[in-house]
Formats: sequence, C-alpha cells, structure tokens
Amino acid sequence: MAMTARQRARVSLYVQAGIFVVAMVALILATDWETISTSVFNFGKIGPMFPDIILVGLKNTLIYTALGFMVGLSGGLLLALMKLSSFPLYRWLATGYIEFFRGIPALLVFIAFGYGVPLAFGVSWNVTVVAMISLGMVAAAYIAETLRAGLQAVPKGQMEAARSLGMPQWRAMISIVIPQAFRIVLPPLTNEVILLTKDSSLIYVLGLTASQYELTKFGRDGISSLGAGLTPLLVAGAFYLVITIPLSLLARKFESRSARTKR
Amino acid sequence: MNDVVQNADDRSGAVKAAGVSITDLRKSYGSNEVLKGISLEVKPGEVVCLIGPSGSGKSTLLRCVNLLEQPNVGSVHVGGFEATDPDVDIDKMRRKVGMVFQQFNLFPHLSALGNCTISQTKVLKRSQADASAVAMRNLERVGLGHLSDRFPDELSGGQQQRVAIARALSMDPELMLFDEPTSALDPETVGDVLAVMRNLAKEGMTMLVVTHEMGFAREVADRVVFMDGGVVVEEGVAEQVISAPTHARTKEFLRRVLDPTHIDIAE
Repeated sequence: MAMTARQRARVSLYVQAGIFVVAMVALILATDWETISTSVFNFGKIGPMFPDIILVGLKNTLIYTALGFMVGLSGGLLLALMKLSSFPLYRWLATGYIEFFRGIPALLVFIAFGYGVPLAFGVSWNVTVVAMISLGMVAAAYIAETLRAGLQAVPKGQMEAARSLGMPQWRAMISIVIPQAFRIVLPPLTNEVILLTKDSSLIYVLGLTASQYELTKFGRDGISSLGAGLTPLLVAGAFYLVITIPLSLLARKFESRSARTKR
Repeated sequence: MNDVVQNADDRSGAVKAAGVSITDLRKSYGSNEVLKGISLEVKPGEVVCLIGPSGSGKSTLLRCVNLLEQPNVGSVHVGGFEATDPDVDIDKMRRKVGMVFQQFNLFPHLSALGNCTISQTKVLKRSQADASAVAMRNLERVGLGHLSDRFPDELSGGQQQRVAIARALSMDPELMLFDEPTSALDPETVGDVLAVMRNLAKEGMTMLVVTHEMGFAREVADRVVFMDGGVVVEEGVAEQVISAPTHARTKEFLRRVLDPTHIDIAE
C-alpha cells in the first residue's frame, strides 16, 4: 500500500512516540523503588529541612550570586569597553584578563581569593566578600565578551547621530549605545546569571559555618546530619530550579517583547 | 534670497543661520582619493543642493563639514568655528550643526519626544520641562506633535525622518546637513519630508542637502553643486544647472536621473 509523504511523516511520529513510551515504562519497571525511597529520595526527610533550606541555603545562594553578578556586570562592562578601546594597552589588558579567567576553573579562583590573596596582603575577608570577588571576577570575564558583542551590534549610525547632536563620546556611550547593547544581550546575560547561580556553590572550599551554607553545602550537610540518603541534595537541587526557571521565563518575556517592537 | 532671510526675520524665534566655507578639501581612504580638492561657500540662510552620481564624494563632503569624517587636507569653517582646527571643541561646534541621515538613525530605545529631548538635557543642560517644550514645538513643526510618545519602530519611514529633523532642530542649529534624507523612504512618504525641508528653507535656515530629488533642488535650492569623481564639476543657480547644464558629465547625469526609463542598455 503506497503512502503519501504526509502519511509517512505521521506514522513516523507515532513510531517515535511509541519508542519513547516503551523506554519510559521499561525504566520505571527496572527501578528498585524500595531502595530508592529509603536511601535515595525519602519524602519523610524533606520536612525537617524546612525552613532552614530557605532561610539559610536559598538566602545565601541568592546573596552570593547577586553580589557576584554586581561585580561581574560592572567589571564586564569595563572590560568590554577596554576591549573596544583604541588604546592598545587597554585592549591587551582586557584580552589577557578575559582569557585567563575564562580559562581556569572557577574553583581555583575561589581558592586564590579565599586563601592566597588574604595571605599575600595580610587581609582577612569574610566568606561573603570572597564569594562576591571570586564569582565577580569569573563572571566579569564571561560578561565582558557578551557585552562586547552587544556593543558592536549597535549600528554605527547610532553613535554618529549622538555625536552629531553634540554629545561627547562618553555621553553617547552611556545614553545611547550601552542601553541598546543591554537590550540586545539580555538573553545571553540571563544565561550568565544562571551559570553564576550554580557556580556560587564553589564557596564550599572555604569551609563554611552553618549560617554561611548556601544550597549545595546545605544539602551535603543534610546527608550526614539527617541520614536521609540523597534527599537533602535533591531538594537543594530543586531549589536551584526555583531560581533559574523564573529567570529563564523572565528573559523569554523580555526577548519576545523586544522582538515584537523590533518587528 | 534676501527676501527669504527677511521673511525669516519677521517670524518670532527666527532661525539664526551660520555660513559654511570649505577650502581645498581632500579626503582619502587609503590610496583611494574621494575628495580631490573641494572648495565651496554657503552663505548664511542659503540652501545648497549637492547632486551627482553615487561614489562622487557628496556624502563624504557633507560628513566632513561636521567632522564625522576627518579630512586629510584643507579647511572647513562653520559659523565662528574652524572645524579643521585640531584644537576646536568639536562637540560645541556640532551643537550648531544639525545632521539628518539617510537611515534616520533615531534612537530606538527612546520615544519620539525622548529622541528630541535627550541631547537638550544631557548636552545643553536644559531642564526636562524646557526640553520637552522645545521638542514638542519642533515635533509640531514637522507635523508629528500627536505622535510624540510613539517609539521609532511604531512610525513609518517618513515619520521617522521627520522626527529626526525635529531632533536636530531641537538643538537650535544654525546649519542643517541632509544626507540623502529621502533615499530610504517609500515614495508616498517622500513628499512629507520634502515639505518640512521646504518650510525650513523658507524660515531662513542654512541648508546643505545631498539629494537625488531634482524637483526639490530646482524649487528650493538657491544653488546646485554637481560633483563627480571627487571634484565640483559645475555649480550655479539651481534652475540653470538643472535645466541648462554646460558640462557633458552634468548633462549625462541629469539625463539619466530625470529620464531613467529611456536609457539604452548598450550605451
């Protein structure tokens, strides 16, 4: 029996859906639910994690991320402008910084600012400051490249129009070019915040006191203190999604709005 | 032309007009010399149209006047400023020189009103209220007072170009530069923009206009300058240059522009 192209496509879709369902059923049947529910995910152990997972874990993750992002955004903007500068020294410095901090693991940066720098300069930084600087330094490298692309995506005519109205270069940058660049890079910038949120867990290398725990450390600590298998870690993981999914939705909303006005 | 200036003086808030003096201007991009020694005088209140084939250097010349392009040799005087003096306060000079671009270059993140106020508040340090009043006056002048809260992407090309003119006027310029202001427009919106420019000319504004609109040049320009290959080939009274050109190159160009449907491809 000959089928039209459309019929063949429909049958193919049914076959793909069928394979997916069979795979899911096989996975569910093969799972040892008895063991899972006692030593991996135990509903009974979720309750005792509240309210501290919110008041301590979530709160600290948000604080470390927000401070890191503030440093990263201002540093990233500075680096992006340096990279576009006509002065070669600025370009080299920015390129060197970006390549270095993008290239090494963020964990090393946390160790450097947690132990190395305080020793070298005889200062003592608390955990929040270390998180802010370490996250910010790494984020700045990534954000710089994103912002540079955004600044370059603003049409040259915008700068020319601003200069023609008598604006000095810096004023045209601040009032005309940078606001447009931010609109362009909003989606990738959201991505940076999401990465930053997860990287904030690296602060654990400093050895935190209980009130400084962020989500991941809070979850790991719960494994031993609650004896609940992996439950605390899985709940902590869910809380990351509580942060990142609304961010994604927000970004998508902005994206569709600017897409609509752009036509 | 004196009548025009006289008329302008009768109006309240008459335009203060500056002249332009260009002497032996040369501009190269690498080994490609785009302007090969241009001299041009524009008197205060005069309207001069620059015409010529694409690549003839008209736009480059215009952009040298407010230093969007840096000339290699020669001098440009605008009003009391020597634009080509390395020590000139270029931002101060540019406030006197309005520029209108082929692609409008409106600021997309600001409303029509915002486009017209931002440089007033940030550069001239006018209060928001003063700047808005000036902006509204100029938006009404170009017939768009009722669309002041629209964003550029909510306006047609012709409306955007009129906002761009209002934006430039809001800085109280003494000279207006137009770089092919109607070339990117749909044909039905060209007339609105030309009408605004015609009014501006009547008010006594000094205008230097790069254009392919021969009808506009003939009607509004005091003088027409024909450029080709980086030099001024012919200049004179608009009617004379357009209707009775003396140089072969001018004749050929005008024949192609004025009667594009009757060009033999074999030529």
